[in-house]
Amino acid sequence: MVDMSVKDLSESAAVAEPAKPKITARKTCVFYGEKQALFDVDVDIPGNGITAFIGPSGCGKSTFLRCINRMNDTIAIARVTGEIKVDGVDVYDRALDVVELRARVGMVFQKPNPFPKSIFDNIAYGPRIHGLVKTKAEAEEIVVKSLQRAGLFEEVKDRLAEPGTGLSGGQQQRLCIARAIATSPEVLLMDEPCSALDPIATARIEELMDELRQNLTIIIVTHSMQQAARVSQRTAFFHLGRLIEEGPTTGIFTNPKNQRTQDYITGRYG
Amino acid sequence: MPDKGPHSHIVTSFEDELAGLDQMVARMGGMAELQLARAFDALERRDPDLAEAAIRTDKAIDALEREIEDACISLIARRQPMALDLRQIMTAMRIASDLERIGDLAKNIAKRALAVSGENHPKTLMLGLRHMVELVQRELKEVLDAYASRNAARAIEIWRRDDEIDAMYNSLFRELLTYMMEDPRNIGLCTHLLFGAKNIERIGDHATNIAETVHFLVKGVKLGEDRPKGDTTSTTRFTPDEV
Repeated sequence: MVDMSVKDLSESAAVAEPAKPKITARKTCVFYGEKQALFDVDVDIPGNGITAFIGPSGCGKSTFLRCINRMNDTIAIARVTGEIKVDGVDVYDRALDVVELRARVGMVFQKPNPFPKSIFDNIAYGPRIHGLVKTKAEAEEIVVKSLQRAGLFEEVKDRLAEPGTGLSGGQQQRLCIARAIATSPEVLLMDEPCSALDPIATARIEELMDELRQNLTIIIVTHSMQQAARVSQRTAFFHLGRLIEEGPTTGIFTNPKNQRTQDYITGRYG
Repeated sequence: MPDKGPHSHIVTSFEDELAGLDQMVARMGGMAELQLARAFDALERRDPDLAEAAIRTDKAIDALEREIEDACISLIARRQPMALDLRQIMTAMRIASDLERIGDLAKNIAKRALAVSGENHPKTLMLGLRHMVELVQRELKEVLDAYASRNAARAIEIWRRDDEIDAMYNSLFRELLTYMMEDPRNIGLCTHLLFGAKNIERIGDHATNIAETVHFLVKGVKLGEDRPKGDTTSTTRFTPDEV
């Protein structure tokens, strides 16, 4: 009996191994003016799952996250070198439509930032500008579906016309997630999505992430190591602009290979 | 702020609590060593007072195990330890549990010392037992040192060496059988000594458990291969021709 189960486990692990990465980065560097913020990041991020980026403030984790949907383009002095591919397509290709990229690679920020519009319009906005919906009925369908996936529908279904800014912090953040997933992205970037939320609202977001990861690639930047350990399947540790260690989350938090990783996650002087 | 090493915790009280845990395990190890020494001396010298003292030590060892367990639970709940810290806490609990078992086995030896305190021990038999207990005592001391100094290489060495003790136990087993067959009046004493020897051999096994735990603590991976097992007495036959 025991032998059988051991064999089964090793077989399933062997089958799961050769998945093609969703996102690949090679020698990715970021400069803010003269100052280099990110140094030669090489990483493969698998599809459908959660990868957590951890590291002290200023370590480059948010900078790297913002490369993936070219949010660094909005900073005039930022310059990115190296290569980042999503599904094998170079994100920094000049011919690439950035607006289309951001519909496929959505983003949620630290502070909930709903548009000063109704709950309904917050979600319908993206699909409308991307031409995904033509009629009011189609928009309604997407709004309801997105709110349901974000676990917010039951709480707001009777007040879809009210402003999104009137919701609580946790609800606003779930509204932003609903808005981000309304365009059916394949990747969702989350930059400290829970740091402004209380533990219950945080738990709701984490539960939501766990459901979404079934058919979405999520990358989360978090200062909470416990959160990274709870939600992610893989974890990457950044330090002074370099990717120090990346691997299965359980391994990183029980037996990290690098001394700097160990020092950081155990709260020691590095 | 006190002067700290390059890899010490930023939060001093966490560092102190982990150090305190180490000290408790070290203290418990020392108590188990003392209890084993007393129990065996009591058996060898047929000294009932010493046997009673060894039996009493067991209560203190049990109490210390509970104290270590409470400290570990509290650390996990309050500090959410990761990596090496998490392993240190888990291993402290496991080592404490092995030491508690060692205490129980030593207590059992002490009880047998009480049971045979009136009888005359054949000298050669006691020499064999003495040799065996010294091997186990050395093993226990070294493994506790390996824990204190976080020395995985030492731990593996100790772990591999346990078959020496198993071999001694096998030869003692045969010797005791021979005595019993020579004269049925030896059976009572020899049975007690046989169980005593078995207890000593089991203490060796717990010491090797601790060696495995120390290896896991330092390296973060479990020792994969099976340790060579040398105790063959469970399949030894009881016919006069073969003993």
